[in-house]
Amino acid sequence: MYTYIIKRLFMLFPTLFGAAILIFILLRLVPGDVCQLKFGGEGSYADPQQILDCQNRLGLTDPIYIQFLDYVAGFATFDFGVSMWTSQPVVHEIAIRFELSLQIAVMATLVSIIIALPLGILAAAKQNTWIDYTVRGFSIAGIAMPSFWLGILIILGLLIGSQAWFGRPWMPPITFISFFQDPLHNLSQLIWPALATGYRYSAVATRMTRSAMLDVLHEDYVRTARSKGLLEKVIINKHALKNAMLPVITIIGIEFAFLMGGLVVTEQVFNLNGLGKLFVSAVTQSDYTLTQALVMLVVAIFVFMNFLVDLMYAWLDPRIRYS
Amino acid sequence: MASLDTQPRSTRDAMGRRGIFDWMIRLARRQPLGFAGGIIVLLMVLMAVFADFLAPFDPEAADFTSMLVGPGSVSEMSGATFWLGTDQFGRDLFSRIIYGARTALTVGFTCAILGSTLGLLLGVASAYFGGLFDLIVQRIIDVFMAFPLIIMALAIVAIFGTGTDKVIIAITIPFVPRCARIVRSSALAIREMPYIDAARSIGYGHMRIIVRHIAPNVVAPFLIMLTAFLGEAILLEASLSYLGLGVQEPTPAWGLMLQGGAEEYAESAPWVPVFPGLAITIAVFGFNLFGDAVRDALDPKLRSQ
Repeated sequence: MYTYIIKRLFMLFPTLFGAAILIFILLRLVPGDVCQLKFGGEGSYADPQQILDCQNRLGLTDPIYIQFLDYVAGFATFDFGVSMWTSQPVVHEIAIRFELSLQIAVMATLVSIIIALPLGILAAAKQNTWIDYTVRGFSIAGIAMPSFWLGILIILGLLIGSQAWFGRPWMPPITFISFFQDPLHNLSQLIWPALATGYRYSAVATRMTRSAMLDVLHEDYVRTARSKGLLEKVIINKHALKNAMLPVITIIGIEFAFLMGGLVVTEQVFNLNGLGKLFVSAVTQSDYTLTQALVMLVVAIFVFMNFLVDLMYAWLDPRIRYS
Repeated sequence: MASLDTQPRSTRDAMGRRGIFDWMIRLARRQPLGFAGGIIVLLMVLMAVFADFLAPFDPEAADFTSMLVGPGSVSEMSGATFWLGTDQFGRDLFSRIIYGARTALTVGFTCAILGSTLGLLLGVASAYFGGLFDLIVQRIIDVFMAFPLIIMALAIVAIFGTGTDKVIIAITIPFVPRCARIVRSSALAIREMPYIDAARSIGYGHMRIIVRHIAPNVVAPFLIMLTAFLGEAILLEASLSYLGLGVQEPTPAWGLMLQGGAEEYAESAPWVPVFPGLAITIAVFGFNLFGDAVRDALDPKLRSQ
């Protein structure tokens, strides 16, 4: 088992290295660099010397392989450099936004679990009844609905609802305050984006729960349990659920990993200063160092979550033993 | 739906109108959700194709005498009705949604077909040649799959710039490895079939074996991926356009209609953000239902469920 874990951990590095190369190449294909954008943007006159100085300072005039070696050496020593746009350390730029994005991702995952598990189990238990069809319709609608539109609808609903109930419009607070400082303020801001993304992601998890439960409910041991007269409730909760959870955990784990990088649009709607928004501005400003670091963070989280999900499998299901 | 219409032409002609009608009723009974999805897809396609005849207004023409007027108002200039109201430039939302279908479906179909076809070729080639080639392709696919779709698409948009054609590239590229991965696993099993050995032994070339002998046998996963991509591509295009990094003004696109004005006018003119989002939802809903039906029909493992 331990040799498997170690081997699997080492397998993560080629993927990460590949992603590092890929994003490096992609960014270097972008026409124009950060200096040209900063000084020459919007068609204003830029002193060529100023641009050249800027490029020299950021090492953009070095040969491409030197830039690449610098970049890889930086990652290897956990030195991620400074943002080419703001001149702040990349780690600082990310750190001040990480908590917000992480919290939304965690809350959205919780929302999706709270919605998905009961609905998925219910739909499987009542297969091919109107309950099943309603749940399936609800979850397909969740996949179809863009989370940014759901976000707009939530804001709209809040405005109209508060106007009707309290006589004045209420909007979620704009400034982020950590949950540990002011939980109420924090939740009243972040619960809405969490609901908007959580519903969307619950759709995938609901479908997975339903089909995994159906698989298990057709197993022989469930028939045995039924034939000895166990209550359907006991069969579902004690016998079927545990075995149906494996694929569901995979889906939820992978969703969580994607949420860390996939909040781009939701943060835009709710005007939240998180990693997704940072990524969009880094990309549009050709801020190589920041974009590289952000992409690598997202990819690393994703790869590592996959690894954790694999381990969870073995831990939860004694039949699976890696060697 | 031509793809669902499996009966030979001659028998259908013999049965005449009544036959098609019966056949559709049977289909609706057997696959109610998929049938509903198919109808939505068909309506969307018709809307996109006949946009010129259906739209009461020019979707790009501003009318500053009727900015942000509500649904059902009448235009002072032409006397026609704004069924769904107008936006901040006085453009008719109904007409923009109809033309938006054209943008959405163009992007959706092009990306889905291109992405899954390239994925099919890559996946089959990877399985067929095996060895080092397979290993390298699979590692590259690993790398691509580690990027969330939207992050990859955004990075590609940053390189190529914005606009409908660029958006198609940005959405197609991340689709290719996803399809290739699925197709490869099916193709691996096909490769071991005796008829492939037979084909090789009579001297057929690699290209011929891949295209004529393996590819037709992995059509099921290919079609499943293709139909799943349709809705996803429409959603991605809407997201990119919403961020201002996709389709550009004045081209009518649903995601773009939600950008900027949508939140500002949410309270005073809720029709501006509500209707375009509804169009996206209905379209993706239809494509997903249709895709699910295709998957149920083609994947025997899932059929019983």
